[in-house]
Amino acid sequence: MNSVHDMGGMHGFGPVEREENEPVFHDAWERTVCGLNFGLLRARAYNLDEFRHGIERMQPARYLASTYYERWLAGMTRVLTEKGVVTEEELDRRTALIQDNPDATPAPAASSASGEPFQPPATTSGTHPFRRPAAAPPRFALGDAVVTRNIQPHAHTRLPRYARGKRGVIDRLHGVFVFPDANAHERGEEPQPVYSVRFDARDLWGESVEGREALYLDLWETYLLPA
Amino acid sequence: MGKNHPNVEPYVASRVRALESLLLEKGILASDTVDKVVGRFQDDTGPMIGARAVARAWVDPAYKRLLLDNSAEALAQFGLRYDMLNVVENTPDVHNVVVCTLCSCYPWPVLGLPPAWYKSPPYRSRVVIEPRSVLREFGLEIDDAREIRVWDSSAELRYMVLPQRPPGTERLSEEELVPLVTRDAMIGVADVPSPALVG
Repeated sequence: MNSVHDMGGMHGFGPVEREENEPVFHDAWERTVCGLNFGLLRARAYNLDEFRHGIERMQPARYLASTYYERWLAGMTRVLTEKGVVTEEELDRRTALIQDNPDATPAPAASSASGEPFQPPATTSGTHPFRRPAAAPPRFALGDAVVTRNIQPHAHTRLPRYARGKRGVIDRLHGVFVFPDANAHERGEEPQPVYSVRFDARDLWGESVEGREALYLDLWETYLLPA
Repeated sequence: MGKNHPNVEPYVASRVRALESLLLEKGILASDTVDKVVGRFQDDTGPMIGARAVARAWVDPAYKRLLLDNSAEALAQFGLRYDMLNVVENTPDVHNVVVCTLCSCYPWPVLGLPPAWYKSPPYRSRVVIEPRSVLREFGLEIDDAREIRVWDSSAELRYMVLPQRPPGTERLSEEELVPLVTRDAMIGVADVPSPALVG
């Protein structure tokens, strides 16, 4: 979808601000959000594409006004409520209860019962969780000239706006992967080849390019047409 | 606290506690899930593995080839199982820099948790359209003759830069090189400084 998360090439955000001795988390609640999200992904409460799409659908002004982990919290609760895991009402009620009784401890719950060692979340480590066996030969080969589709989907996509309708060259074949545009919408996996596509910066940005520059994007096969 | 993290409303902290307690009550997560997940990211990962791989690649040409061609096998030498990484090499002709414009994709298992600036709108919006200006703000001047390659992590592959070995390190061992390799150099917004210059 064409929302503010797709910000490649936008102007006006100012200089990149770095923080000296940045802590891993700025607040205890950020740490909790991080842990909950990876736990929920691992428990398959939702998948990574659904989570990303939950963030993308934030109201744009709110997205920009939110810190990173506030955006995570918004995406998580959006998807959890849509799937009926929790309801807005019970979350609002519980939040009010905690605000009124800040020292109350939540009801105790079981720790991971079986005692089996914790496995890292599949989204960040281990064997690739989104790779699938190839069902057919890839449509494109190394060095093929391609042009990206000029699509404007309201749904989730990993084809950024700045690279739509642009000419590029196949630089690498990565293999076959789950298609996020389907996986974010309970349409199944629709696995297909992913290619690294090289774009000359001039083909993306025209005369404003500052020098010899190229952009590389990893793109699913249905984003691409022969040039 | 930087601009990216203004003081948080107590409301947000309460809402997070509320969500956590509901998920525990419903049996969707266990009470130790957060500690186990975050403990792993805080304690077991970090720029260490990336730096060790870079240092080994600098001293061992065969390892460098492996890291560039088959990073999964190369990382397994450090006990890491991770097969989503592409390593791209800086040379006298090419400088690489990594971003995720759509969200915040980043090779956590080799570089640790990403810095806030990497996830911030200024970096995500600008480094694709004006990489030379952005790198200059980081103190890195890229010669006009050198090609800048920007890797926008749009799929489930992750990118790490193999920086150039700095001059003046010819006598250093692999172990002595490891602490020179910075996270920022492996993202591509810095070079690894020469120890002579660092002093």
